[in-house]
Amino acid sequence: MTLPITKTPKCYVGGAFIRSESGRVYETHRSSGEFHANIPRCTRKDVRNAVEAAAKAGAGWAKRTPYNRAQILYRLAEMLEARAPEMAAALKECRRSVDTTSPEQEVRATIDRIVHFAGWADKYEQVLGSVNPVASPHFNFTITEPMGTVGILAPEDAPLLALMTLILPAITTGNSVVALASHAAPYPSILLGEMLATSDLPGGVVNLLTGERKEMLPTFATHEHLRAVAATATQEEATALQQGAAESVKRVILHDPKTDWFSSSHDSPYSLRDFTEAKTVWHPIGA
Amino acid sequence: MPAKKSPARPRELLFGDLWEFDPAPESAEPFIAPRYGLFIDDKFTAPKSRKYFDTIAPRNGAKLSEIALANAADVDAAYTAAAKAFPAWSKLPGKERGKYLFRIARLLQDRAREFAVAETLDGGKPIKESRDFDLPMAAAHFFYHAGWADKLEFVAPGRTLQPLGVVGQIIPWNFPLLMLAWKIAPALATGNTVVLKPAETTSITALKFATILQQAGLPPGVVNIVTGAGETGAAVVDHPLAAKIAFTGSTEVGKIIQRALAGSGKKLSLELGGKAANIVFEDAPLDQAVEGIVNGIFFNQGHVCCAGSRLLVQESVADLVVAKLKRRMQVLRVGDPLDKNTDIGAINSAEQLAKIKDLVASGVKEGAELHQPSCKLPAKGFYHAPTLFTKVSQSHRVAREEIFGPVLSVLTFRTPEEAIEKASNTPFGLSAGVWTDKGSKILKMAAELKAGVVWANTYNKFDPSSPFGGYKQSGFGREGGKHGLLDYAILK
Repeated sequence: MTLPITKTPKCYVGGAFIRSESGRVYETHRSSGEFHANIPRCTRKDVRNAVEAAAKAGAGWAKRTPYNRAQILYRLAEMLEARAPEMAAALKECRRSVDTTSPEQEVRATIDRIVHFAGWADKYEQVLGSVNPVASPHFNFTITEPMGTVGILAPEDAPLLALMTLILPAITTGNSVVALASHAAPYPSILLGEMLATSDLPGGVVNLLTGERKEMLPTFATHEHLRAVAATATQEEATALQQGAAESVKRVILHDPKTDWFSSSHDSPYSLRDFTEAKTVWHPIGA
Repeated sequence: MPAKKSPARPRELLFGDLWEFDPAPESAEPFIAPRYGLFIDDKFTAPKSRKYFDTIAPRNGAKLSEIALANAADVDAAYTAAAKAFPAWSKLPGKERGKYLFRIARLLQDRAREFAVAETLDGGKPIKESRDFDLPMAAAHFFYHAGWADKLEFVAPGRTLQPLGVVGQIIPWNFPLLMLAWKIAPALATGNTVVLKPAETTSITALKFATILQQAGLPPGVVNIVTGAGETGAAVVDHPLAAKIAFTGSTEVGKIIQRALAGSGKKLSLELGGKAANIVFEDAPLDQAVEGIVNGIFFNQGHVCCAGSRLLVQESVADLVVAKLKRRMQVLRVGDPLDKNTDIGAINSAEQLAKIKDLVASGVKEGAELHQPSCKLPAKGFYHAPTLFTKVSQSHRVAREEIFGPVLSVLTFRTPEEAIEKASNTPFGLSAGVWTDKGSKILKMAAELKAGVVWANTYNKFDPSSPFGGYKQSGFGREGGKHGLLDYAILK
């Protein structure tokens, strides 16, 4: 029997695979208890670097046609489908979720959700936007625009499905993302990074970090270039996030830590509203 | 004999003060009570604080009335009344809820002139604006939202809208009754009940509005109005029964509220300050643009969060536009807001006037060039001449800070890219203006500008069906249209 080649887990930031700038790692263990891998323990500086990468990539991503964004998201589903058994195996090793679903079901649900949002990319505008019947001779319409770069703090459970359920509405609408993955179960996000890298999604649109939440949460809250933060958070974390967000009037979208990520209620265009701005344009009608 | 060639440009007729306007004061009776209590549970009640404060007319500084000062106990009584009213109000069929709102709209129209005079007296805005803009628009907001009350399952496909509960609302002094309408109409249409605090300098029309609620027979406690200043506002924000706080006002106070609500689980929408760029390209219809620039900055004495306070004009036409602007400003009539010919009325308060003067002084000190038309300001009251700054650089305070007064800063640009960069060089993102005859340029600019409202070849237009609200530090949430409804509801 030959010794298997183990993979060095790296975070996917700016289209590249990186270690934390700090050089720090933390150990994860297999469900059997044996050592699994050294996961990057990212820092506030890593968050700032990721925001910079995301900001650089964001403008180009927002300018892609909705049809193009749809195809790229669909391509991500193709990448995950092709490596579904590998992802399921990774989930099996680290998932601590008390729910009754299997790792295979989580992968399946994630693929389905990606396809669902891929379809929204060129449709949500017709649901969320409007032409407004103003009482004056003006053509007036409201469209949705991405906010820019947004932060995401994923929950501990459902490390793949929850992470993607939070990321998808942000990128479908043309935002770029800096996300912090589950601390207890980070490995699926490492694999996800590899799939994102081969999905035609421009580098830097999704940036995935791993590490201690409490070290990075204040930076997610206060970083001025993050225009929104979506998070599952404890009461204490929610307070810290919202207080930090106030200085730059940032939107904070809180999700119940007990959210059922498998629920079909997530399949709707309304979560897209969390990451968009409504812009209303007026123009006179006349010769 | 050949006809004499006419000169290239007709001579300008400058009448100066040759023929002075006769005074044309609006004489309708405003019916302002000498003293107002708090409006709680359908009754005007004396404040538990036992304190009252004076409200004055900015046009001459004269006392108009005494307003109750609500303390935390008063605010608690208002919330208790609103919470008690919520179950029945939210369960009322939408059709019936809508009827109350229709009634309110009609009653406001009936008493529009009386309210317009009261608004002008208490706030200082020209009567022609309160009469032709604030009042009709306030009534329109109630009428528009009335029709939504029984159609909430059609706002968001696949979901229906459910009310949040009791909503605390805090509004500013620049459009007192209109901001009240923007806040109350969507909240009631979606089945919420309300505790509203008007700004301390402009409480009168809100309290007069309470009498319209009585005339409409609105169930007790559905709308409660508490008056006072910052401490009253803090009590409204902090009350545990509030499911949501909706605030319109300065970015500074907005941040304090956002911080105060951290971890509370209350929803929040903020409509905050602005420093809008009004961008004029060389191919714009310049005369129309000048009208738009004037309306953009001098409407309501510039007390407008979306005021076009930074004029970005393309270099090739900058001199021409500034010359036209100066000539136009020369004929603006500044004076008694009750006079029907007045274009620019009184500044809302002595405090605001001092703030404007301070910023204008900073503009001069930092090296911008000041232009003011020669106009005689009334001796009493709070007035400020329309003011134009040229040679402004982006670092000047007058180009960065919200002045909230009749002060315009002129900057120039060469390319559309430079215009966008300069327009975006601000933490605000409420509104913007674009003037050009080229359609594709309008759409390109509209797409690039980070602002919640973009006016193209027009400025300062509003409508109940048109969502209003900002990007970045101008806040979050929208008011008006179906977007506004969504901010007062849970999607189920």
